[in-house]
Amino acid sequence: MTAHPFIERTLAGFADALEHAGTAERLADQKGLLQRLDPRVKVIGALLLILATMCSRRLSVTASMLIVAVALAWLTRIPLRIVATRVWLSVLFFTGCIALPAAFTTPGLAIWHLPLVGWQITHQGLFSAVQLILRAETSATFVLLVVLSTPWTQLLKALRALRIPVTAVVILGMTHRYIFLLLRIAGEQFEARRSRLVGMLSSEQRRKIATSSAGVLLDKSVQLSGEVFSAMQARGFRGEIYTLDEFQMNPRDWFALTVFGVVTIVALFLGMRP
Amino acid sequence: MCTDAAVFEIRAVSYQYSEITALDAVTFVVGKGERIAVLGANGSGKSTLLHLLGALAFPSSGTISFSGTPLTEEVFHDEVFGFDFRRRVALVFQNPDVQLFNPSVFDEVAFGPLQLRWPKAKIIERVDAVLASLQIEHLKDRAPHRLSGGEKKRVALASVLVLDPEVLLLDEPTSALDPRSQSRMIDFLIDCGGVKTVITCTHELHIVEDISDRCIVLKDGRIAGDGSSAHILANEDLLKEAQLLHVHRHRHSSGIVHSHPHFHRGHNHIH
Repeated sequence: MTAHPFIERTLAGFADALEHAGTAERLADQKGLLQRLDPRVKVIGALLLILATMCSRRLSVTASMLIVAVALAWLTRIPLRIVATRVWLSVLFFTGCIALPAAFTTPGLAIWHLPLVGWQITHQGLFSAVQLILRAETSATFVLLVVLSTPWTQLLKALRALRIPVTAVVILGMTHRYIFLLLRIAGEQFEARRSRLVGMLSSEQRRKIATSSAGVLLDKSVQLSGEVFSAMQARGFRGEIYTLDEFQMNPRDWFALTVFGVVTIVALFLGMRP
Repeated sequence: MCTDAAVFEIRAVSYQYSEITALDAVTFVVGKGERIAVLGANGSGKSTLLHLLGALAFPSSGTISFSGTPLTEEVFHDEVFGFDFRRRVALVFQNPDVQLFNPSVFDEVAFGPLQLRWPKAKIIERVDAVLASLQIEHLKDRAPHRLSGGEKKRVALASVLVLDPEVLLLDEPTSALDPRSQSRMIDFLIDCGGVKTVITCTHELHIVEDISDRCIVLKDGRIAGDGSSAHILANEDLLKEAQLLHVHRHRHSSGIVHSHPHFHRGHNHIH
């Protein structure tokens, strides 16, 4: 056991975050199906498939959309282990917390009674809970596929090309960029602390370290943001960001867009039938 | 009075951060094509001076003129002047992480031209040319935050050189660089001689003779010396007063200890 498990765990967390970013960049460089498509097609396609998933009222159609997402992940050479750990488990937990009460509170045909408390799970409630979880899992999977199969630069450009407001895109880009810098600074801060610590930390000391580190990091990030803004001004920034749109649609992109469109229409048709 | 060859005229400029005086009644003129090294210890006001010359801050008192136009917040409300100034005067920050905020090297270098609304074809051509001239074209699609320190510095330099500025303001350009990257940077600054006006802030005396013809020494926000690089470097008292020289103690094999003021001349001096 290490002398400072709290610091070790925090450092491991920072390293994990950086490792995740590295994995995403490697996946985006692979030669899978989605990596070959124009980023705009991927964004539009994902939005269409998410729309179809969210509008589906049939469990079978929503489940089919999840199968489509899994198939896309496989064709895009994104390991299902990554999809499971990054999306499925966390979505299951968070959506489950929201969906679980619905299983008990939705009126309908009782299919099971919870022992001791006597709460009843209804068929309609269970259906709603499973539908909600499936929709969330499927939609999040489509988003993850786009993010993991597209270099971040291209994704931001695609968002701009699709007329997402420049401010939103710039904020996204800068956040992504400076998260790494702040992670590095935070990691170095914790390393420095570790190098000067002997013995075990009490929970009070751990809290103190966590709060003071957060404070210092916030102060540094404020200072950094001021300097970054100066650097932007020095190169002519006056409040508006301009980008080069170098995208070119080729026949493969048009074909993929058509397929996404057809799948969406079919899913909407089948999923919205009473 | 403004002379034709003057790029910057700095007259009695003072600057204060809340209660701290960073610059105090600084006066000097920068001629066109001059290569000036601004020397000073940490906290002497070098970076503040560069920020004022780059019009990222404005003097608390005194005036700074660029090609005869006083730099004030009001003149920067004029977009035409603002764009013209930003194209002609470029600042490279000490910490490249501050300057590199775009997702890829290409976007980083293209940022300035895009802000100045150059035509797309010209931007692409110019970015490619600058990346090639600094031998970093292979980094084009890389994320700047993934680069090494030397690569980041070169990308930061490319991001301002793309505009082909007349004036380069460099804040500690060789700090934290390995010898090879330092040497590349110095070669670049040597090549700038006579072509661009270059103002370099540094406290690394061993590079001064290579990168400048004139030195301005700052101490506690005031000018402690101004003259040719050779003249300033020969003035040990001045350099000691500005805390740019330190006393080195050498223990010889005989066991005798010698102490004398010292700075490293030459890039590969083995001490």
